[in-house]
Order: sequence, then structure tokens, then C-alpha cells
Amino acid sequence: MDIQEFIDNFAAEFDDTPVEDFTPETEFKTLDEWNSLTALSIIAMVGDNYNKTITGADLRANKTILDLFNFVASL
Amino acid sequence: MMNPFSLEGKTILVTGSSSGIGRGIAIECSKMGAKVILNGRDVERLNETLSIMEGEGHQILAADISTQEEIDRLVAEVPSLDGCVLCAGIPQVCPVKHFKRNDIEDIFSVNAIAPMMITSGLVKKKKIRRGCSIVMIESVSGVYVGTKGDVSYNASKAALNGFLKGAALELATQGIRINAINPGLVPTNILNLTNEMFAEEHHTDIMMSSYPLKRYGTPEDIAYGAIYLLSDASSWVTGINIVIDGGYLLN
Repeated sequence: MDIQEFIDNFAAEFDDTPVEDFTPETEFKTLDEWNSLTALSIIAMVGDNYNKTITGADLRANKTILDLFNFVASL
Repeated sequence: MMNPFSLEGKTILVTGSSSGIGRGIAIECSKMGAKVILNGRDVERLNETLSIMEGEGHQILAADISTQEEIDRLVAEVPSLDGCVLCAGIPQVCPVKHFKRNDIEDIFSVNAIAPMMITSGLVKKKKIRRGCSIVMIESVSGVYVGTKGDVSYNASKAALNGFLKGAALELATQGIRINAINPGLVPTNILNLTNEMFAEEHHTDIMMSSYPLKRYGTPEDIAYGAIYLLSDASSWVTGINIVIDGGYLLN
């Protein structure tokens, strides 16, 4: 898994947040655009691109995009 | 004492009766005197439902109604019916832009096509007596309101509701009534499964504050509506939707 590709995929689920706002250190739950639907979209994105199943609890347990990347990579 | 809501002497099929709302309906129907045919996929859980029921003469007919072969077998094996509650359903959580054709076909297969084909089969094989009542368990979602994140579920219930309206008209000539119950949120296993997928942010969207009567529904709340629709008390009622939602739609 490649972190930049993961960030690109992550950012693609957002419509209004500028791409440059997404870095490994981004605390994604603090983004203005973070809501129930973007959360579901990230769950679906991980399923689509990495063939792995994550849950809402996993999103809550991980703070930054890098944290989530590492978690998904560990599955 | 006369009781117009009695189900004494009636034989009623309940699909999805291995858990949740279907289980609640099967149990309450048995308390009202019905002989209940329990359908679901899991015999062990159907037996659990059976163990909580009252009265005699109930029967388990396990079948996976996501396939036409199993629907055909269920229709062939079921005795002549006075009522039928089509409750089996599955959830699906997926944003619109991530839809997969197979997933959409799966949810439509169970939530919409199965109840349509069971109804069709029962009518064709003359398994429903004149005056029979068919009850569809739908949802407020898809029929009265939209909900984010489970749009395919909404769509499947809306499809079922479209079937209900036409079929009620067509089957009225044979004295067969078809009605629906549209529940608000009833916490059941199906919902727990959904919640494992749901982000907390989504769940908190559905706040208790959305329910003016200050609680979520129970399977019994829905079962009492089904009992009315199955009983002779509703013999002049067809093609309607009964919303049982704790006042949710008032908002």
C-alpha cells in the first residue's frame, strides 16, 4: 500500500475540501466536510480499493489519515 | 366476549420470523390464537421463536427466499393460509456513488422481489383463502422519507410499496387484501448488524429527539398493527399503509 495513493483516494471522497488539505497528519474528523456520509464513503472506499472491511468504530479509533492507512495496511 | 381482533382459527405465514420484527409478529399472532407458519433461513433460531410462542399447531418451514427455487418450495409446502406477513428483509449501507450492481440486486431480491414472488406463488397455487390478508413490512424510509447512506434499502422498500398498490387493486376481485406497515426505527439484530458498519456520526443523525414519543419502537408495536390488518376487524381495508413510528414523521 502506498500512502500517497491512499491520501488521493481519501481526498477523492470529498467535494469541497481542497486536495492540499489532505496530508498524512490530517486529523480527518476535524475537517468541516466530515459527516456521516463522508464517513460511510471512506468505509466504502477502503472496501473498493483495498478489499478490506473497516467499521465506524475503526474510524473513531484512528486520528490521522496516516493512522488509518497503517490500520488498513495491518488488516 | 367478542374480539374483532382475534386470529383464532387462522393460519398465518410469517417470513423473517427467526428474529426481530418477524419474531415479534409470530409470537403476538400466536397469543391472538393463530396457527403460525414460521419461515426464515435458520432452523435453530426459528425453533427459538417457536419456544416463546403460545398455543399449538405452529410449524417451521425454513427456506432462503433470496432464490426462486426456495420460494417455489415454500409455496408448495405451505398449507392453505388466512394471512401472510412478509417481513424478511436485509439492510444495506452504502453511499450512492459506491453502489455495486450485485449489491443492489441482492437487496432487491430479498426486500422486494421475494415478497412479490411469494404473493404471486400463493395466489397462483391457490394457497390463500378468500378473505385472506397479506401484510408487507416496509419502512418509513423510502416510502415517506429518505435516509442518507441506505438509499438502496429505501429504493427496495419503495418498490415493494408500488407492488402493494397495484396488487391490492388486482387481488381485491378475489377478496384478497394487501396492506403495509411502515415502521420507524425498531432496534433489532438487523440494526445491530447495520450499526457495525455505520459510523457513529451517522447513528447520531438518528437521534432520540426525532421520536416525539421519546422511544424507539419494539417488535410488539409493529405486531399489534399486523394483528389488526390480519384480523377481520380490517376486512374493509386494502391497499393502505399504517405508519407506526412514534410520531417520527411529524417532524
